[in-house]
Order: sequence, then C-alpha cells, then structure tokens
Amino acid sequence: KFQVGIDETWKYPIQEVTLGATKADGGSRGHTIKIGGEKALPFFYDAPMPHRPVVTMDVFDMPIGMAKAVKMHYEDVINDPGEWAKKAVTKFGADLVTIHLISTDPLLKDTPPREAAKTVEEVLQAVDVPICIGGSGNPDKDPEVLKAAAEVAQGERALIASANLNMDWEKIGRACVDNGHVCLAWTQLEINSQKELNRKLMKVAGVPRESIVMDPTTAALAYGLDFAYTNMERIRLGALKGDEELTFPMSSGTTNAWGVREAWMVRSPNKEDSDWGDRMLRGPIWEIITGFSLAMAGVDIFMMMHPLAVAYLQEITQTLMG
Amino acid sequence: MKEKSPLNLYKHLPQTNCGKCGFQTCMAFAAALIDRSKRVEECTPLAEEKKYAKKYETLKAIVAPEIRLVYVGTGEKEQKVGGEDVMYRHQMTFFNKPPFAYDVTDTMEEAALVERVKKISTWKKFYIGKWERVEMIAVRSTSGDPAKFAACVKKVMETTDYPMILCSFDPKVLRAGLEVAAKTRPLVYAANKDNWQEVAKLVHEFNVPVVLSVPFDLDGLKSMALTFEQMGIHDLILDFGTAPNGKKLQESLHNLLKLRRAALEEGQKDIAYPTIALPINAWFTTKDPVRAAYWESVLTATFVIRGASIMIKHCIEPHCVMPDMHLRYNIYTDPRRPVQVKPGIYKVGNPTEESPVFVTTNFALTYYTVESDVASNNIDAYIMSINTDGIGVQASVAGGQLNPQKIVEAFKEADFDFTKMKYPSIVLPGMAAKFSGELEDLFGGKVKILVGPEDSGRIVEWMKSYWPPK
Ligand code: B12
Ligand code: SF4
Repeated sequence: KFQVGIDETWKYPIQEVTLGATKADGGSRGHTIKIGGEKALPFFYDAPMPHRPVVTMDVFDMPIGMAKAVKMHYEDVINDPGEWAKKAVTKFGADLVTIHLISTDPLLKDTPPREAAKTVEEVLQAVDVPICIGGSGNPDKDPEVLKAAAEVAQGERALIASANLNMDWEKIGRACVDNGHVCLAWTQLEINSQKELNRKLMKVAGVPRESIVMDPTTAALAYGLDFAYTNMERIRLGALKGDEELTFPMSSGTTNAWGVREAWMVRSPNKEDSDWGDRMLRGPIWEIITGFSLAMAGVDIFMMMHPLAVAYLQEITQTLMG
Repeated sequence: MKEKSPLNLYKHLPQTNCGKCGFQTCMAFAAALIDRSKRVEECTPLAEEKKYAKKYETLKAIVAPEIRLVYVGTGEKEQKVGGEDVMYRHQMTFFNKPPFAYDVTDTMEEAALVERVKKISTWKKFYIGKWERVEMIAVRSTSGDPAKFAACVKKVMETTDYPMILCSFDPKVLRAGLEVAAKTRPLVYAANKDNWQEVAKLVHEFNVPVVLSVPFDLDGLKSMALTFEQMGIHDLILDFGTAPNGKKLQESLHNLLKLRRAALEEGQKDIAYPTIALPINAWFTTKDPVRAAYWESVLTATFVIRGASIMIKHCIEPHCVMPDMHLRYNIYTDPRRPVQVKPGIYKVGNPTEESPVFVTTNFALTYYTVESDVASNNIDAYIMSINTDGIGVQASVAGGQLNPQKIVEAFKEADFDFTKMKYPSIVLPGMAAKFSGELEDLFGGKVKILVGPEDSGRIVEWMKSYWPPK
C-alpha cells in the first residue's frame, strides 16, 4: 500500500476577499466574486481550492499601443471604454474588468482626476460585474486620481490598483477604507517590501485584512518568470505557515507577457534560430503560460488582455480544481 | 540528500586537506557536496585509494539524490532523468531539466519520418548565451509489427544521435526495437500489469532503463516498483498516468505531488524514482491543431512546474516548443545565483576604429540578448558589459547599479582608448537615456553619447539612421 501525508505545517488559511457589492450591500453589481481562502498551495491534494482564480480584462481610457494579435480584438471599441468593458464581459467572458486611467499621465493627456473618474462611472454603468480601477503608474499623480475614482465608485468594493511604497500609499489606503474598496498592494519582486507595505496599509492607513490583495510583480515567461514564480510561491508558503503579513490573495499583471519579444516580434533577430513561426499563435500562448505558471504559485486574480488566453486560463484552472 | 551539515560529510573524507579537489580544506569540499556544486569523485584520493574504499561508498550513499538519477542514452547526448533533492525550487534548485521526447510512429512514410526526425533534432533557439534544444525521439509502434518497428528505430538512428524512448506494450515489438538500439541505451516504455514479467526479462537482458506504467493506481505502481527492485532492476521511471482533461487531470497532478512528497519530504525510498508525464495525450482529445497545441503546452507547464522528470510530446511547431522550452528553463534556473557574465569589454565580429561601442550590463540574459542581436546581424562592434551585480538594464537604472560614474570607470579600467576611434562615442541602451547628458559631461565632452533603441533587437534599424554619427 502506498501512503503519504499532507503538509502539516500549512495551518493558516489565506484571507478571503470579496470583490464587488450588490444592491443589498450598498453597490450596484449583479453579483460579487470571492477570491482567496486557500488552505494549501493551488491544486494540491491537501485541501480543495475554494474559488477558481478569476480574470479581470484590461480596458483603457484612451487608445494605446498593443501587439497586433491583441489589437485586432478591440479595434471597434478602442475609443469607448464602456463598450470595451461590455465586449470583454459578454463576448470574452471576463470575470471582472479593469479600467486603467492612463490618460491621467502627465506625459500623455494629463486628464484631471475628476474628469478621469467619469470614465469609471461609464464602465460601472456598462457592465454589472465587479471592477478594478487602475491609475497611470505615475507615483505623484496616482494617489489623487485613485482617490477621485474611489469616490465616484463609492460602495462598489472595487479593487483599487495600486498602492506602492514609493508613492503616497496612505492616501490610497484611506480612500479605499473611506469608500468601501479593496486595496491592491504592489511591490517589485521583494518579499520584505511586500510585508512592509501590507503592514503599513493595515497599521497606518487602517485598511482591514479583508480588503487587501497583493501584487508581488509579474515578470513574464523568459524575462524573469523564474523570479516572479519563486517570489510568489515563497509568499504563499510563508502565508500558509502563518506569516500574517503575507496571508492575502495575490494578483498578477499577466499582460506583461506581451512585452516579451517572443510574443510579438515577427521573426527572431538571431538569424541562426529555428524559425519562430506565426506570431499570431505565439502571443496568446505566451500570455497563457505566464499566467498559468503563476496560478500554480498562488495567484488568485489575473489582469489579462487576449481573449483566447483568458479562456484557456479559466479552463485549465477550473479543470485542475476537479 | 537529506544531510544539511558539512560536518557529517567531513567525517567520511580523508581529512588531509591535500587540496586536490580545488579547495584548501576537506571541510570546504564537504560544504560544496552539500550544495551539490561538487561530486564525491572529485576528491580523487577518496575515490582512488584502496584504504578509503569503505568511506567512499558510505559517502556516495549519503550524498545520493533523494530521487534516483537514471541515465538514458549514451555519450554526449546522454540525458539525466530525476536526481532531485527538493520539492520547491527556492529550497535549493531543481537540477535536471526534464528531457522533452517528441514522437514519431512506425507507420509513417519513410520520407516523412526522416523529415520529422530532422526537424526535431535540429530545432534550436539562442537563450542566455547558449543554444537551447529539445532532447529525444519517442518511437511509437502504431503498427504492432515487430519488423516495422525495428526498421523505424533503425531509420531514426541513421538520421540522428538523439536518444530514444521505445514505445509499445508488446514485448515482441520491444524486443525487435532493442535488438537494433540497445547499445544506445534507450528508455523502454513500458511495463504494465499485463506484460511486466516479459518486459522485466527484456530490460534485464539488454540492461536498459524502463518505465513502469500503472496509471491512476499508486498502490499498484509501488508494488511493481518493489518487484522490479527485487529482481535487481533499479533504473525505473514511474508513469502515474497523464489524463488530458476532465476530473482525471486533477488526479494526475495529485498523484505526481504524492509521489514527490513521499520521496522528497518523507524519505520513502521504495517509491523515490523519476516520473514521466505525457502531454502528448492532448492530441487525443481534439482535431483542432491550435487547441491541441495550446493544451499540450498547458499540460507541459503543469508537470514541469511540479517536477515530472521526463515527457513525451508531439507538437514541434515554434508556438509549442518556444513557450515550453522557456518555461522549463526558467523553472530549472538556479535561484541561488543570478546568471552573470564577466564585466569588461567584449569584441563581436572584427571591430575596427570605425565600429560602434555598445554599453550594457553583466546580467547574462541582457548581455547575451544584446550580443546575439549584434552578432547575428553581422555587426562588428565592441560591447562594454558594466558590473551591475547581474542586474538587467531597466532594473539597474531604477536601482542605481548602472550609473554614469560606473560607466566612465569601466572604460578607464579597460584602458579603452577613444582617441584611436574614428567616431569617439558610445551607444547607451534606450532605457538609460536619462543620464546621457551627465555621462557626456563626465567624459569632458571627449566622447559623444548616443542613445540607442529601447530594445536591442532594433539596433540594426537604428544603425541605418544613426551610424556613423554625424
Ligand atoms: C526581473 C526584474 C527584476 C529582478 C532583476 C533580476 C536581474 N538579475 O536583473 C529583481 C527582482 C532583482 C528586480 C528588482 C528591482 N526592480 Co525590477 N524588474 C524585473 C522585470 C520583471 C524584468 C527585467 C528583465 O530582466 N528584463 C529583460 C532584460 C533583458 O532587459 P534589459 O536588461 O532592460 O535589456 C533590454 C533593453 O534594455 C535593451 N538593451 C540592453 N542593453 C542594451 C544596449 C544597447 C546599446 C541598446 C541599444 C539596448 C540595450 O535590450 C534588451 C532586450 O530587450 C522588469 C519588468 C518587465 N517585465 O520588464 C522589472 C523592472 C525593470 N523593475 C523595476 C524596478 C522599479 C525594480 C526595483 C527598483 C524595485 C524595488 N523598488 O526594489 C528593484 C531594483 C533592484 C536593483 N537594481 O537593485 C521597474 C523599473 C521601472 C522603471 N522604468 O524605472 C520594472 C520595469 C518593473 C516596473 N514596471 O515597475 N527587478
Ligand atoms: S581532495 Fe579530498 S582529501 Fe584532498 S582536500 Fe579535497 S576533500 Fe580533502
């Protein structure tokens, strides 16, 4: 007889986090989505996965450069975030959508925060799934932008992306608390910075445990996935063993996969490489494998772009849950 | 190896500090055994002198990997299968990348067979300074005819020296294949509940490694492994069953996890063998080639990440091989040391006083990407690799390891004489544009600073407009 035990050191469950709020809870979403709650590494036999990892599809508030394989799916909605969001949900099966307010970047359109926030209202009206709200990545302006967005979306339990150590994270944390949202804590591939940020969000900004999700940074397949994978696996193992500063669901910016040259370049710059084949086929699988690897490391919510990649990620994670 | 203390290994060394292993002390060598950077045989006195024979054997047993190491193939193309010590890569590292074996069948037309074997065995991609390839050919008998199988195996051997997996459950077919190929040490796939007695005889006779296939039945798998072990057959690989989809796929993953945990965390020696996964099974579920290819990659990822030791695969198209190959590389990269190149000035092609000087960092991924972009486009150039402690351009600009002072010093240290150059200038990576002014000042205006493209893959196009500088 073959016998084997379970991992006895995994004693502490990951915090469960609810995204979105229905009318009954003061929001306007059609349903809510729960992430987290794991008691083991993903798809291990030690304990069942409580929730399938979910996908939030990217929507931008202005046209941006995209790889050809991605762009072809959005050409008809690229100037209309509301329609874009609708298409992501009804046609591509997005569990959530993320509205990225990139036009607020001073180097792009420098849209004022109040005005940018209107796009958030548009998206909230266009779809009834829970949403995420992202800034432009500008550390000086994002706190203002995200605060304004958090206010117009009051009560909706949106995921606000994101607070970072090199910006006014406290302002973002407080905007989440005051308006009933979930805060995304983003650090760059460093477990101790992640602990520090989570701690500060809880202790200084007063964000409750059930309103924190972490983004430990996604480095794509062939471009640092080894760092991203191990960082996340260590974070999750640390959490299961009881490190209370790490027991949160994780998020991945899987769209990063499209930055990798193997995902979008027509042919290899190296003439001696075997033929790289059709880039329209390479791109989606690059996004799938980048995301799925990190699903195995413990990611609960994926920010993605290509419809095929989204479908495969949902299918394989659902299958492995049994 | 479960042993974590060098002291306990030191006991079994000669303790003479003779230095033949390259270390000054036996203690230092013992530490290198712990992290597997040295092998016991490298202490030559221990391995060769009779008086140490007993110590040598004991030590070898202690440092043997937790999961048995099985060799497949011979010579340069020999593959190491298994030999792992940890469950998660950050605990040390994973050592032996699972070889990818691509299938051919004995019912293929000869021309198609030869073409496919060539395609598999010439596939290559440059990554971090090395050519990455796939490793093996899996010859499947779909005819059931021993003569046909033998002929197919022979043809494969004439076409490539890649090691093989001989796939059939029919002992007569396997025998025919082994009579042709045994000296190349192929892997036999497989012994199962019906044929195991005959297959055991075969692999014993030909002295080749064998897969035990008892899908979805770990009790059965364990008892077959025990039986083979008792017959003196030790080079075993376990087929736990790869379901391509449905609820059974979860069971496949669970069985792999159970086997690995039993071997690595619970020290169950009687089940501590390498494992085989069959992502090829994706092709039996659909006729759509894109769906099958993507699903095969997803299955490959599942089993690569959780440590299966060898795989049989089908799709050799670039959109399959590239992601699978890179994922395997990333998971098997040693997390203990960032891969670096030596800092300093490198020549690509035959640079002259009219050639450009490119600046980059000593992170191996970055350096070799740039070097291959320059070399494969036949550009003669100098590349200065700055010591950023193995951090890439973008991250080291953000973290400060790449800065103007360092660049100036690096050129000084290398005694690089800009006055001999026709166009005294250096080309910065586009991602480092922000300090080009400061750098020009530091060079006292004697060296012109050009800002190159953000991606080194675009250097060729960039040179069309900006080189030579006006
Ligand atoms: C892996 C990674 C890390 C790893 C680095 C591992 C390593 N050994 O380098 C670790 C975890 C250590 C890390 C740490 C940090 N990182 Co980091 N990291 C990444 C990541 C995910 C991939 C970087 C990579 O390897 N790229 C591949 C290599 C090949 O790219 P490259 O070196 O830049 O080379 C390319 C070009 O520069 C160009 N090129 C190179 N040389 C030359 C030469 C010439 C002449 C030319 C023309 C072109 C050229 O071509 C190359 C191929 O495209 C990126 C995000 C991303 N997805 O890109 C973030 C990223 C680079 N990191 C970032 C940051 C902020 C950091 C930290 C400062 C975070 C922190 N607060 O602690 C630290 C700094 C660490 C330090 N310097 O000490 C930011 C940088 C933001 C910015 N634009 O300034 C990024 C973009 C992530 C982000 N969006 O925030 N990081
Ligand atoms: S070769 Fe052997 S005996 Fe000599 S120093 Fe090294 S470990 Fe000690």
